[in-house]
Amino acid sequence: MSSQLIQLFQSAVVFGTVIMFGAIGEILTEKSGNLNLGVPGIMYLGGIAGLAASFFYELNNPAPNPVICLILSFTAAFLAAALGGLLYSFLTITLRTNQNVTGLTLTIFGGGIANFFGGGLNIMAGGVGQISVASTSAVYCAFVPGLSGMGVFGQLFFHYGFMVYLAIIIAIAVRFFLVRTRRGLNLRAVGENPATADAAGINVTLYKYLATCIGAGISGLGGLYYTMDYIKGTWANDGTIEALGWLAVALVIFATWRPVNAMWGSYLFGLLSWAYLYIPGLGRRTMELFKMLPYLVTIAVLIFISLRKKRENQPPASLGLPYFREER
Amino acid sequence: MTHKEPLLRIAKRDSIPRPKAYAIRVIAVLLSLLVSGAFIFSVTKLDPIQVYKAMFDGALGTSRRSWSTIRDVMTLLCIGVGLAPAFKMRFWNIGAEGQILIGGIITAGLMRSLGPSIPAPALLVLMAAVSLIGGCVWGVIPAVFKARWGTNETLFTLMMNYVAIQLTSYCVALWENPAGSNSVGVINQQTKWGWFPKLFGKEYSLNVILVLTLTIGMFVYLKYSKHGYEISVVGDSENTARYAGISVRRVTIRTMAISGAICGLAGYIAVAGVGHTISTTTAGGRGFTAIIVAWLAQFNSFVMILISFLLVFLQKGAVQIASQFNLNDYASNIITGIILFFILGSEFFINYRLIHQPGKEGKA
Repeated sequence: MSSQLIQLFQSAVVFGTVIMFGAIGEILTEKSGNLNLGVPGIMYLGGIAGLAASFFYELNNPAPNPVICLILSFTAAFLAAALGGLLYSFLTITLRTNQNVTGLTLTIFGGGIANFFGGGLNIMAGGVGQISVASTSAVYCAFVPGLSGMGVFGQLFFHYGFMVYLAIIIAIAVRFFLVRTRRGLNLRAVGENPATADAAGINVTLYKYLATCIGAGISGLGGLYYTMDYIKGTWANDGTIEALGWLAVALVIFATWRPVNAMWGSYLFGLLSWAYLYIPGLGRRTMELFKMLPYLVTIAVLIFISLRKKRENQPPASLGLPYFREER
Repeated sequence: MTHKEPLLRIAKRDSIPRPKAYAIRVIAVLLSLLVSGAFIFSVTKLDPIQVYKAMFDGALGTSRRSWSTIRDVMTLLCIGVGLAPAFKMRFWNIGAEGQILIGGIITAGLMRSLGPSIPAPALLVLMAAVSLIGGCVWGVIPAVFKARWGTNETLFTLMMNYVAIQLTSYCVALWENPAGSNSVGVINQQTKWGWFPKLFGKEYSLNVILVLTLTIGMFVYLKYSKHGYEISVVGDSENTARYAGISVRRVTIRTMAISGAICGLAGYIAVAGVGHTISTTTAGGRGFTAIIVAWLAQFNSFVMILISFLLVFLQKGAVQIASQFNLNDYASNIITGIILFFILGSEFFINYRLIHQPGKEGKA
């Protein structure tokens, strides 16, 4: 296998992992009937919280302990993102605001927080004006020991930080939860028809809150992976996380709300997003057209599922709709 | 099964006197300013009053700044006006960003290619017309799929944004000037072909005239025309609309054609009337912000003027604080977010009331 192909495969997996976290979290959220368009904002929150936590830890400890680095940044990212989800839940579920508008506001807000503090950290870092959390990033970037050296096979499958595998595990766990457990069934019922679920004695509000907050936490890990592994523990106010966040929203549709589809879909998106670098003879202009591919494919899937009207491919029936018990 | 009655019960209000509704909103804005102030203070230890003063200065401090504020209010308002009919119909047109860019690309293309070959007024009209059509097409594509096959429009229009962004990147690469700069530069900088002319000695008069005309037009269209009535019936209930003999399909496509066209026109204004260049940031998130403008104003285009002003004011103010106090101007997004969260949340207290009932034995 040529080294170019291996490189393409690797960059597809790394790229895919960022949006896989975002999409898996959003699938969980959407299964409860909440269409959270705040995913980019939530990923921003996760990214900056993880970065800030490890920055201050490394700043105050000349010899940072890798385990503490990991726990601190991971927890901070998950909690910050879940808090974003909590804000969204409180507004849409308790205060009954419109989901789309609230989600978009969350995206503006999260992006604002992240870039504001990210820029601030870059200034605080002094020197070249570029923050770097080398010790923490090293933990996230560490390859699987031993296995990554196994020739082409190792290069293809073990040449990644642990979060690549974590994403897969979470995807499978979410699938298991949704399809195989009683609570997953309840959650799907809430997303399909909250009134019926309510009548069946399911606590709709609680399910919506939990699914949205945990989903947001998972999405936030995408931001963490991006800052820690993808850009090696640095920060740039360039809006990449926002673009990736929207791609994660697209991936949810592409995957027709199935975590396992999101898994291979994310790698496919990664492949489509990087393919232009490896196709010989593409000019810069054509490259830009090539970058449309993931979005065009998503549109095609969206049209396809609405044409085929296969029931198991449809979005949760009450997606985006509010549920107020007394307004049935 | 015993059921514990909660201390607070929520009931829908039948109606609320208008002054009271506005009072609730004003309180929400004041609260949000307090929270933002606390945020600014906790992060920067700057006196929030000073900061708000600086913001005021940044947005309206000089005549030049005021005009730049007015210019940006007009662009945002134009997009909001464009989105209003779609959202009133409950068609989630998240794709304004893309529709703006399409209008912008077309305008920039015509500015570059036609330049002196046709008279200036004709060029302006031509660019307006073609960008109207461009935005219209971009908006109608998802509308047709929604109307015929029920394709989810929120997600479709969102994806169309990214297609438009890549198209813009393509055009930027195509028209790059100077080579290697990865930008188009100011188009027709010397000749000003295709630029909005100065009217009444002011640079942005034409922006104001165009957008305010649209604003009034949209108010009349939504409130007094048959089309406007159909839009609100479809928005309230598609079944009612069908029962009343309104073709939901036709109204959906027609309304999105109008919505997309006005957003396309906003792209024309942004390129020919403001930036005189095109880049992927020409829309700059305003397509999303305008959704909030339209939604908060409940599609009343005159209220939209106020809300657009508030948002642009915050943004300009934040840029000023950023430079004055050495922060970065993303603070404006945080403050905007906080204020919007509060205004959104306040709608709950307008539509519902909380009933306090201590110790009452309740039956669920």
